[in-house]
Amino acid sequence: MSDRLWVGTRKGLFRIERDGGGHWGIASTAFLGDPVSMLLPERGGRRVHAALDLGHFGVKMQRSGDGGDTWAEAATPSFPPKPEGLVDKDPMRGIDIPWSTKLIWSLEQGEADELWCGVIPGGLFHSRDGGDSWELVRALWDEPRRKQWMGGGYDFAGIHSILIDPRDTRHITVAVSTGGVWTSRDGGARWDLIGQGLRNAYMPPESAGDPLPQDAHRVVQCPAQPERLWMQHHNGIFRSDDGGEHWQELQDVPPSSFGFAVAVHPTKPDTAWFVPATKDEKRFPVDARLVVTRTRDGGKSFDILNQGLPDEAAYDLIYRHGLAISADGERLVFGSTTGSLWVSEDQGDSWRNVSKHLPPVLCVRFQS
Amino acid sequence: MTTLRFTPNLARLVDAPPADLQGATLREVLESYFQSHPRVRGYVLDDQGALRKHVAIFINQELILDRVTLSDPIGEHDAIFVAQALSGG
Repeated sequence: MSDRLWVGTRKGLFRIERDGGGHWGIASTAFLGDPVSMLLPERGGRRVHAALDLGHFGVKMQRSGDGGDTWAEAATPSFPPKPEGLVDKDPMRGIDIPWSTKLIWSLEQGEADELWCGVIPGGLFHSRDGGDSWELVRALWDEPRRKQWMGGGYDFAGIHSILIDPRDTRHITVAVSTGGVWTSRDGGARWDLIGQGLRNAYMPPESAGDPLPQDAHRVVQCPAQPERLWMQHHNGIFRSDDGGEHWQELQDVPPSSFGFAVAVHPTKPDTAWFVPATKDEKRFPVDARLVVTRTRDGGKSFDILNQGLPDEAAYDLIYRHGLAISADGERLVFGSTTGSLWVSEDQGDSWRNVSKHLPPVLCVRFQS
Repeated sequence: MTTLRFTPNLARLVDAPPADLQGATLREVLESYFQSHPRVRGYVLDDQGALRKHVAIFINQELILDRVTLSDPIGEHDAIFVAQALSGG
């Protein structure tokens, strides 16, 4: 049972803890004033990683070895020199894709000292020394079809989801907004574009089923059954039963199949949670009623969960990394752009508000 | 000697004390500084070694011309100031 969780916000990092009386509150803060775009508490350890987006001064990695009491700057994933004369332009707008890390957007642990990091403008980085150093995964960056990736909500494409198969940590799957789903079975040396059955409605109709321009908003993997993936896509909710090779779209999910975040139960692959919003440019709760949706039967039906969520009109949007589940599958947390944070201790049946006054929430994670 | 100073906004993020340095171009002066203060490099320059988009550098109150290769010439008594541009960020 995890009594500690981490919240990265537009204005700093918050460590939230549960006291003996069951009350969740802010236990400590770090980097106040600076955006924390991604964070990673390592499995079973005291090491925590936090990615800062310092605006004028670039992105930086911070690392704590004592559970977040003290922090020190660590190496930042950075791009190698761009070859002279190389043309590398965003296909939609024709402007140069910077060979420079603009935002750290995903961070995952493979083996004990192994980290993977996805960034905007589309680079995947690998560390074998716990973040002391990083290496750009050239096979994916140099893949010719990478040049067809496009920015979604940001100016350039980015890798927001990294799935590491717990049975074989050389099997890695990443999702790109906007650039589809890619998988490697040899630790990143070779990559295949996968994703049959995905559907987009923003490209010319002939390209609707092309796996490449798919805008996955977020993809998660069931650790106990790694073939099962859940995706919140720009155009709906999708489920895969074969590691992302093929996808099935779930139609008519109430109250909306638009959103950013998704979480899957660690041992029950048919159980997943979403936080829906009015699509597609509006992006606030449907009818201003903030709810979480949950399926327990692989997407055949959905529960609409709102016990403990606001009765009043709410305009909270939950970003793609703003929803997380604990390692035992009992507790969930989500945080909003309006600075509210809720925790559930019963798989979403009921929610408790932890704060209504945080900065806009960018990412949340339980300490495992 | 050329003096190099940084905006106080940088000081809360990284140790970047002022220094007296030598160098014929801005690049040479900065590289000399980064040798003794390697962490500062990533705050001022991007991954390709160009000036970060929202950082500005003045030589004697004049904005530099070459933000990519940092070839602006430096005189012996020039004062270089690394500023946070009033944009973006």
